[in-house]
Amino acid sequence: MTPRRASVRREVRIARPADVVWSLVGDPARVAEWFPGIEKVTVDGDSRTVTTAAGLPLQEQIVTNDPLQRRFQYRLSTPAIRDHLSTLDVFDLGDGTCLVSYAADAEPATMALVIAGAAGAALQQLRSLVESAG
Amino acid sequence: MGRKILLVTTDQQRYDTLGCNGGILARTPVADRLAEQGIRYERAVPQSVVCMPSRSTILTGQHPATHGVWMNGVPLPADAPSFAELLRTAGYRTALVGKSHFEPFFDPFMRFPDNALSARGTTPAGGSHRGFEHMELATHGAQGLLHYSRWLRSEHPEAVSMFYPTVDRELRVNAAGGGDTGAPQVQANPVPREWYHTDWVADRTIAWLESLDAGEDWFCWMSFPDPHHPWDPPQSEMTRIDWRHVPLPDGFPESRLQRETIIDAKPRHWRLWYEGSLVSNYEAPAEWVPASLTADQVREVNARNAVECELIDEALGRVLGAVSARGWADDLDVIFTTDHGEFQGDFGLLFKGPYHVDALMRLPLIWRPAPSRRIPPAVVDSPVGLIDVAPTICEVAGLEPPGWMQGQALPTGVGAGPERVLTAWDSELFGVAVHLRTITRDGWVCTTYLPGTVHDGREGELYDLADDPLQQVNLWDDPARRSIRDDLVTDLLDAQPPSRRPRPDLEAPV
Repeated sequence: MTPRRASVRREVRIARPADVVWSLVGDPARVAEWFPGIEKVTVDGDSRTVTTAAGLPLQEQIVTNDPLQRRFQYRLSTPAIRDHLSTLDVFDLGDGTCLVSYAADAEPATMALVIAGAAGAALQQLRSLVESAG
Repeated sequence: MGRKILLVTTDQQRYDTLGCNGGILARTPVADRLAEQGIRYERAVPQSVVCMPSRSTILTGQHPATHGVWMNGVPLPADAPSFAELLRTAGYRTALVGKSHFEPFFDPFMRFPDNALSARGTTPAGGSHRGFEHMELATHGAQGLLHYSRWLRSEHPEAVSMFYPTVDRELRVNAAGGGDTGAPQVQANPVPREWYHTDWVADRTIAWLESLDAGEDWFCWMSFPDPHHPWDPPQSEMTRIDWRHVPLPDGFPESRLQRETIIDAKPRHWRLWYEGSLVSNYEAPAEWVPASLTADQVREVNARNAVECELIDEALGRVLGAVSARGWADDLDVIFTTDHGEFQGDFGLLFKGPYHVDALMRLPLIWRPAPSRRIPPAVVDSPVGLIDVAPTICEVAGLEPPGWMQGQALPTGVGAGPERVLTAWDSELFGVAVHLRTITRDGWVCTTYLPGTVHDGREGELYDLADDPLQQVNLWDDPARRSIRDDLVTDLLDAQPPSRRPRPDLEAPV
């Protein structure tokens, strides 16, 4: 049987310092700049609403936004998802580059792949954006 | 008069569902007539047994490792080559009507061009996408983002709920049963025939053809979503075949013990799926246990499948009639095939997966050259691949097949064709990895397993197609066949195509 819950991770190495990348990733209002398919973002305290290119509004709760660990976590709450937690980490590799990891844990399992699959493309976009600005 | 090329594909259709291939259930006079006038291929083999990699092979003329779509859910890279682009550049008008599936369907962010186009119109941004200047897209029902489901929701909203829901509340392929026997992915569908996607694909193809000037060269890929499950054709058409009178296929031994004995001689994932303890791929309903399949369920699925094949044949007939009405019949090349097969009860299984046997690997393929070219009819026994479709179409169009194509133009007679045909399976989903490499050559089908989470890399399958047409006797461990097995495996591994690097990511379930 396939699992009801899944955890799917994507990562990318970026040739820019961790602090530079975190300045973008750690700002919840700027996600549309690097996540393809997110067209509009509003942030109110720990609530964020993103609207996808399909016109789908997604309500998110920001769980963690820790500039010291460079960790950002949020939960999606939609009728199609029973439980979800996405975690972005920016790891300083000590050589002026960093590793960005985006892990989606979700039930049902399919949603973990849908979110992380889109996040994989977003990480590529993030790398292009940050490296070209460097 | 210019050249006209019609590529007709269906989805998940077995070789033996056409009358010209010995099928006894569906009446397919249109396809049979094309075969009579053209070239019928007795052993056409896909390079993958699931949709996205196989369709990408048809479009690019490349193996899955090379074009990069190594499993369903991996989008065809934007820079992948396309024979349709070659035709467009050469001045052909180009269209794709029906199921494309080069990009995933699960797309809440609307990131993929096919899905985005469907919200906007029928002309891709920039004038073409993958070589197609006109795209009207459909899949297996009313769900989703594509043109057909939008049309249905807009014009006939009352019909949306008539279709079988292809995914369940867990967003997995639905296992719910219906019809008279409770078979999975079966439902009595009261939708009027003229609203069903098969007729819609033909209607939209005809509309595009009618928009063309008489003297233009054109290429159209008409891609029917059926007879892929769900098996929910318009119920009004089910009077054609009474499932109670459908004979069981030769590949479905009625004795459960016999089925299990056959499966137990194959690598272990066969048995694990059969008993419901492993579903290695998204395409099979996660909650369905194949061991529960009954003989009557096989009969009902096959009856419904046959009705879907008949509807496709009739739709194709309408399109050919429209071509004739434009005065184009003599200059029309038609290629009819599918992307991969379907178990339909063989070994007690339905659907598809990492199982390289004829149910999934032996496909209908007919090429009816333009009558004006006077190529004599033939039946070709030697194996060919879907990878050979792209260079064939290039040749029809008078274009030299480019070096990036890895196949060769289909033979038009006996004694020609590729020496070997390769097929690959790769899946990595929720912690389960399965990898198969297969060669079809000299009357043998030989599969070797690469290490994964289910196999250690020593497993394999070897079938003698002449002596064992149902692939029920695995000769992999037969000492008497050791020499041929080693020769086939060496050839198989030596002939592996180059891989795209970096390997594209899995971005969605399907």
